[in-house]
Amino acid sequence: MSLQVFVLLSVTGLGLAGVYFLIASGLSLIFGLMDVLNLAHGLFFTVGGYTTWWVMTRFQWVESLGLRFLIAFVLATAFGLIVGWATERFFVRRFYGDHVTQILITLGISLAGVALVGGWFSYDPQTFPVPEFMRQVAVIAGARIPVSRLLILGISVVLLIGLLAVLRRTRHGLIIRAGVENRQMVQAMGIDVAKSFTLVFAVGGGLAAIGGILGGVFFAGVTPEFGLNMLIFAFIVVVIGGLGSVEGTALSAVIVGLTQQFVNFFAGAGVGDLTVVVLLAVTLLLRPQGLLGEVAR
Amino acid sequence: MSTVTEVSEGTTTSAAIPPPRRSRTLPIIMGIVAVLLAFVPFVDVHVPGLFGGELSSPGVLQILAVGLVFAGVAMSYDLILGYTGMLSLGHALYFALGLYGTNLLMRLFELSYAVAVPIALVGSFVLAVVLGSVALRVRGVAFAMVTLAFAEAFHVFVEADPVGITGGEEGLSLDTAYVPDLLTGVVNTRVVYWLALAFAVLTFAICRQAVASRAGRVFQAIRENEDRVEMLGLRPFNFKLLSFALSAVLASAGGAVYLLLVRGATPGSASSVFTLNLIIMVVLGGLGRLWGAALGGLVFGYLQLRLPAVARSGVFDPLPDWLEGPLTEPLFILGTLFVILVMFAPGGLASLPARLGIKRSAG
Repeated sequence: MSLQVFVLLSVTGLGLAGVYFLIASGLSLIFGLMDVLNLAHGLFFTVGGYTTWWVMTRFQWVESLGLRFLIAFVLATAFGLIVGWATERFFVRRFYGDHVTQILITLGISLAGVALVGGWFSYDPQTFPVPEFMRQVAVIAGARIPVSRLLILGISVVLLIGLLAVLRRTRHGLIIRAGVENRQMVQAMGIDVAKSFTLVFAVGGGLAAIGGILGGVFFAGVTPEFGLNMLIFAFIVVVIGGLGSVEGTALSAVIVGLTQQFVNFFAGAGVGDLTVVVLLAVTLLLRPQGLLGEVAR
Repeated sequence: MSTVTEVSEGTTTSAAIPPPRRSRTLPIIMGIVAVLLAFVPFVDVHVPGLFGGELSSPGVLQILAVGLVFAGVAMSYDLILGYTGMLSLGHALYFALGLYGTNLLMRLFELSYAVAVPIALVGSFVLAVVLGSVALRVRGVAFAMVTLAFAEAFHVFVEADPVGITGGEEGLSLDTAYVPDLLTGVVNTRVVYWLALAFAVLTFAICRQAVASRAGRVFQAIRENEDRVEMLGLRPFNFKLLSFALSAVLASAGGAVYLLLVRGATPGSASSVFTLNLIIMVVLGGLGRLWGAALGGLVFGYLQLRLPAVARSGVFDPLPDWLEGPLTEPLFILGTLFVILVMFAPGGLASLPARLGIKRSAG
């Protein structure tokens, strides 16, 4: 393997890991804090992707593609936040403590949402133009790497650092971390954990939507089922990393993204995806709580 | 806890193991429904609106047969979700295994359909035991995620087709050379319809026997309180695995019948969306009630095949575009209905008569 191929695969794998991390981190926090398996999380991702597509193709009055992408980024993130907030506020909140009903509700929202998007925009893949600079190629160690990959990686790293900073340095973060560890105790201290639930859902929705934007750039297009497909790998990332651990999710996203890229390249398309599942099975057999998870759930 | 010893002897029930609902009238009603369904291919009546042609026409029988297969697979899924309380998100794997397994055995080894199906079912059983053993190391939501991952691996395998046997995204069509003539061709749709009916009836009978058996009572006890079952000296793992494997084999049998119906195997059958649809069927009908699951499967199969045809007929044309698009999507209607049902009538369709009855007596 030449160095160029190695660098290219590494950066691509890390870019993919960034997209995985963005969708999986919210999923992991939501599960860690409130034991909700949020099947609607893929929809948040799709919302991000389709908002970007909508703005990039319909906002013709904004001449500059770069500015258009900035608008798309802001709008998509805002929509993700709103959809995440609404899901918690109007659906999930009514059923805390009843895990099966919560799963079923988010499942219904997810399927209806996908069908809604499909009904509006058809199931055909939609492509959108990206700003000029993203289509350029950077040369690193002799490897020609699309700037978009580097951008995805950069944004993901910034968001990871931001998320960790919020969790470690702010009061909200403190409550969330404490809640993941022992929710009853936090409630017993007189702290309103329900507010954190809403916050985590909204932030999770926003992060997944950003994942959708970057995913749309990474895969050069969006489809209605896009989010649901990503959700499956996000589940794998979350379980391998350890439920409720943001650091674990980041680590596992890197492992899964790189494994998938390298194996898919050398052993053929699809084999990498299978390897990831084997990785999951091995993790479960050796360490059921995940890499950085505290306890088995 | 005086009842504990009685349970371990298997003589009477305790609070931990509720007495199974053994309605005597249910098998009779189901029997009558099955007999009525068996006569559908002889009824040359056109039901306007509900179906596009006469009841005995191949098109209508096809829709009903798909509904019956879904009904059977939904009942098999209810066995693990509704009765044992395990949320598996990977049931599509076993359905698709019946579909692809049977088809591949016929194509690769030139076996006849009657030989290929039992081998596929045994293979499905073995795989369910192996994968189930791994997945059952974790409980609850993690179990759901792991089963989903396994099923997705199979989905990726048949879609990407690295070995070059499954036909990739196109799928693998049925080679009719290995299937008895009676089961092929549009003229014989009624025979395949009867086969689908037989599958649904058999699945109902097996599931009913299973949940009423002593093992079946443990299934339901695990659903209620797994720790307590363990404390009673039983190993929940074994019973969960049994429920999982039995359910998998039944789903594979459904896949084998479905193969004849749609004359091929496509990757969509292995996708997680199919499992999610199964959840909709089971919950739509009512969790933990076999006839509810059967009804849910029938309704789902009917809507999925019938709605697009209704949409094409122009009923929705007066509606604005933004409403027309989603309304022609079966999953939009079913998904929305599902959310409403889960929020306001958690027992599903099967609970509606009781609900309405209560309302009436109260008002």
